[in-house]
Amino acid sequence: MNLKNRLLILVAAVLVLGGVALAATLHAAGRAAEKDRARPGGPRVSRGEVVLDAPGRSVFRNMAWGPHRDEIASVPAADPAGPRTSSGVRCLRFHSAGGTGICLQAVHGGLRDGYRAVVLDARLRELRRYDLAGVPTRARVSPSGRSVAWTVFVSGDSYAGTDFSTRTSVLDLGSRTLDRNLEDYRFFLDGRLHKAADINVWGVTFADDTHFYATLATGGRTHLVRGDRTDRTLRSLHSNVECPSLSPDGTRIAYKKRVGGAPDDAPWRLYVLDLGTLRETATAERRNIDDQVVWRDGHTLVYALPGDYGSDLWSVPADGSGSPRVTMPAALAPAFTG
Amino acid sequence: MYLADSRTAPGVPDTAGRAPSPGRRAAVPATVLALGTVSLVTDVSSEMVTAVLPLYLVAELGLSPLGFGFLDGIHNGVSALVRLVGGRFADRGPGGHKAVAAAGYGLSALCKPLLLVVHSVPLIGAVLAADRTGKGLRTAPRDAMISLACAPDGRGRAFGVHRAMDTAGALLGPLTAFLILRAAAGGYDAVFTVSGCVAVLGVLVLLLFVPGRAASRGHRTPAGKAPLRAVSRRPEVRRLTVCAALLGLTTVSDSFLYLTLQRRLDLSEAWFPLLPLGTATTFLLLAVPLGAVADRFGRRRLFLCGHLALLGAYAVLLVPLGDSPVLLWPALALHGGFYAATDGVLAAATADAVPEAVRGSGLAVVQTGQAAARFVCSLAFGAAWTAWGDRTALAAAAAGLAVSAAVSALLLRPAEPLPADGPPAPVR
Repeated sequence: MNLKNRLLILVAAVLVLGGVALAATLHAAGRAAEKDRARPGGPRVSRGEVVLDAPGRSVFRNMAWGPHRDEIASVPAADPAGPRTSSGVRCLRFHSAGGTGICLQAVHGGLRDGYRAVVLDARLRELRRYDLAGVPTRARVSPSGRSVAWTVFVSGDSYAGTDFSTRTSVLDLGSRTLDRNLEDYRFFLDGRLHKAADINVWGVTFADDTHFYATLATGGRTHLVRGDRTDRTLRSLHSNVECPSLSPDGTRIAYKKRVGGAPDDAPWRLYVLDLGTLRETATAERRNIDDQVVWRDGHTLVYALPGDYGSDLWSVPADGSGSPRVTMPAALAPAFTG
Repeated sequence: MYLADSRTAPGVPDTAGRAPSPGRRAAVPATVLALGTVSLVTDVSSEMVTAVLPLYLVAELGLSPLGFGFLDGIHNGVSALVRLVGGRFADRGPGGHKAVAAAGYGLSALCKPLLLVVHSVPLIGAVLAADRTGKGLRTAPRDAMISLACAPDGRGRAFGVHRAMDTAGALLGPLTAFLILRAAAGGYDAVFTVSGCVAVLGVLVLLLFVPGRAASRGHRTPAGKAPLRAVSRRPEVRRLTVCAALLGLTTVSDSFLYLTLQRRLDLSEAWFPLLPLGTATTFLLLAVPLGAVADRFGRRRLFLCGHLALLGAYAVLLVPLGDSPVLLWPALALHGGFYAATDGVLAAATADAVPEAVRGSGLAVVQTGQAAARFVCSLAFGAAWTAWGDRTALAAAAAGLAVSAAVSALLLRPAEPLPADGPPAPVR
């Protein structure tokens, strides 16, 4: 084949492939524009004031299509299907407690996206902000609102391959001290100091302002650890526990458990651990759960599952009884005000 | 086209192509530019996916990507084996290099549209593993084609050009992905589709513009029955493999180096994703000039000097110079310079030592030795970090690197001065 024919083939291929690429991008752009219009039958959302200290409210990331998609919105906790009030503050992940909010958001830069953690007061005004090293995944506030924690995934570099790792930071709003990486704490595995380079920590849930629980992975295993900010330690309590969530009375932990016999691509089931007896209870939710659960009250767990709008919130009793049900469609990362 | 056999041809310009005027350096051969274009285009494609994958998993699928970490070790081992297989099959006769490379690039291209239909961590992990298998297959035959397409005295520069184009693609990929996501929020399917189209274009450029019989001078005999064994019997190849592995054993992985850098200079976490960009930019800028320097100064010598640059990067992190963030720049410049002085240069040096008929196997052996040694270094460095802390671990790595460099200098010396088998240097 001579050069002219080869060039002709190349030009033809560039046109065809370019056409496919352009069509795919335009299609996706059209769909993105469509997501900015509310879909009939979807939740009603209107702009309004959202506060974090009004009792009896549920505050969450609104996933419903329309101009308020991805904004922090609020509904009465007793009427989760009711009209939503949206704040104008956009977050990928959100949590609030004690009148403090934590919002992990994307910052659209010129050449690449960045991420930051923004601490919000009860009126959603920015108190402090911190740049993040990667994609946000978990966020929690202590019951009093004085301590805040977040987890990001670090990866996506040219030479890093597919090896993902986590960074978890804890912030004390009183003293304004930030522990940037919980991997710097001393880790005691079954009471003995354990050092390893492969430690990852994620999914903090606070007991009070200085004590918390979290997941720690090392050597291919995950552990439930209890953390202490004052002496900077993590102590293992139990194994095969991911994304713990402490009950309001501080006696139980809801978590993802990797179960045997489950399909490889859906290994996690929702369990509750009694901290006093270390007895595990399977919940009635039989599907794969990849979320950090929230306790709506002392008896009910709320968690996200994929849905029509990306994510729906479901609930199930914590004691293993009942059955899972949708509590709020098109929502993610909920918090319940007292 | 500028073809020559490193062992038999005394650097006579091939009459089939533009013959360079006497005393001047030949332009980079068209085959090398074509292969560079293939790599550039393919890297745009693969880095587009790498850049958006975590965000896609977390923000769109609601999954946690941590599961990938468990698969990574297995992938590394498989990729090393596949590379040897690729090199061996590529030597099996005329057109073998191109066929194996096309299979490798084609496999990776097939993986991109698959990402549109798989939605769980293990399946996505499996697709990425297949993608890496394609990468492992194509690397040795591609480097063999580069080395066969140019005169021995221009190999360093040719590999420099190739590596620079490759890195340019790696830098452009994430940019392309984010432009698509800017145009179409949440358009991950568009990113994967575009990535697939770009990958197909890469395969097409390879098929259309890279000659099938890189060594078409007529005297190329197909490799014997066991080219890998034949290659590893050659003392020069052995020496080079031992040195590459020895130095690889003390080459701290990028992520560990960035982590040390971040701790040492107390950098904000937000800097972390930008550190690889610093290394890649330096690599991009220095690959061609250092490749050309290698041709004059000696490839093995420059390969060693590159490791001295790495030693310099370690020193910046070890010597108490204060913790000003300004130190970031020399550290990343030395790190990028290390890659520029070693990555393509090692391939050029290997080509010097391996006869044409088993070029693919030879490149695969040396590169696999280096990669395996770096993997061992990662494990050992992790353990040393755990036992002694990051500073002591790095000091140990630096000491090891200094010793390895000294041993390598002794081992590689007899083959100098270059060019031993190339044309005589032009008279000034």
